[in-house]
Amino acid sequence: MVTAARSDISDPREAMIWAALDEIADPEIPTISVVELGVIGGFAFEPGLNGGERLTVELLPTFIGCPAVEIMREQVGERLRSLEVADDVEVEISFAEPWTSDRISPAGREKLCASGFAPPTPIALEAPSVNPDDLLTMLEIAVCPYCGSRNTTLDNPFGPTLCRAIYHCDACHQPFEQFKTV
Amino acid sequence: MSTGVRSSNADAARPLAHATRDALAELLLSIADDEFVIGFWDSEWTGIAPILEEDVATSSISQDEIGHARALYELLAELTGDDADRIAFGREPDAYRHAALLNHPRTDWAFSVARRYLYETADAVRLEALSRSSYEPLAGLVAKMRREERYHLMHLDAWLRRLADAGGDARARLAEALTRLWPDAMTIFTPLGGEATLVAEGLLPEPMETLRERWLTQVVPILETLSLPVPSGDERGAPLTDGGRTQRTDDFRWLHGEFTMVARSEEGAAW
Repeated sequence: MVTAARSDISDPREAMIWAALDEIADPEIPTISVVELGVIGGFAFEPGLNGGERLTVELLPTFIGCPAVEIMREQVGERLRSLEVADDVEVEISFAEPWTSDRISPAGREKLCASGFAPPTPIALEAPSVNPDDLLTMLEIAVCPYCGSRNTTLDNPFGPTLCRAIYHCDACHQPFEQFKTV
Repeated sequence: MSTGVRSSNADAARPLAHATRDALAELLLSIADDEFVIGFWDSEWTGIAPILEEDVATSSISQDEIGHARALYELLAELTGDDADRIAFGREPDAYRHAALLNHPRTDWAFSVARRYLYETADAVRLEALSRSSYEPLAGLVAKMRREERYHLMHLDAWLRRLADAGGDARARLAEALTRLWPDAMTIFTPLGGEATLVAEGLLPEPMETLRERWLTQVVPILETLSLPVPSGDERGAPLTDGGRTQRTDDFRWLHGEFTMVARSEEGAAW
């Protein structure tokens, strides 16, 4: 699917769609929108089956098993149908281009931090390896979202949802969660 | 489980010959069943894992695996015109194609760690190969899976060392489980019926036998460093027979009864 990138906002219709999508909150961390989270791969207008125009939106799950994906899919479909910009709206879940935590926008990272989540460490992940020396250096230090200290300890690389890890800040003694680097 | 997970590249993929499609279906089914069954076995630890953090971790890992299985069943359903829910929950136990490694119950914690360590390391080798598959929908999904699986690898590597270094009962149970599981772990790389076709067309970039050897070359030295059991030279080179993915146990039949219970209670229900 050829998709409209976020920068293509010179087209008023596309700008309206991006704005509408930006109003949809992540179901698990509602302070951040699905656009800021980077799960909207893009969208395209195509000829529909019955002669009209179909809007197809590509949704990239943060984690493959994320149970919130279906909720996002419904919300995106419902919101875009209400705009009446196409005769039909389809939301496709896609892995053609994998979502990575680098897709979270700078604004999204700030909002995560403001609501007590350490944003993911920026990465360019290479292939996984079974060399344990590589594995154990995989998790970078998370910065405490409350006091900004890097003196933090990983408690558990797995947290209350698939996308979160649990840390402890040794400076301000607060437990906090990190949006996982993936 | 609902429908709609698919790669948008599938539309553009050229049609596959019947023999190729059947072989690809067998490959997808074997990986999906592996992920599905280990996900359900280890979800049995939810609520009773040795420590609270591990309860969260093992539940999360199991949820990942069942999510991967779902996405793979969707790819398979799209390929064969079937329904992912039917494939996942509508088969008799003998129609599942997971490796013999996954026929065993969770047993004790050391056993579950040993099994999952062997599984994760083997799966990593398999997924690395499949990330180079010429079948784009699979290569794309696998690229995403690998980003998640590295957390599993790291976690199981930590547990393996923790139990090995603990000595006493923990180490003894771990060693005993590894001895028991090595032959069945090999069955992850059981050659597929249509493998020659898949390799020739690049859908499976390398034969299973090559992948098995790569996995052993990576994992055996790690276990040797920890003085844990490894397969003998003869066992390493022994050819794998067809039965590695078709023989089912009463333990698996029990698990099948558990994970199909809800689907059987209201046939055809959508959720």
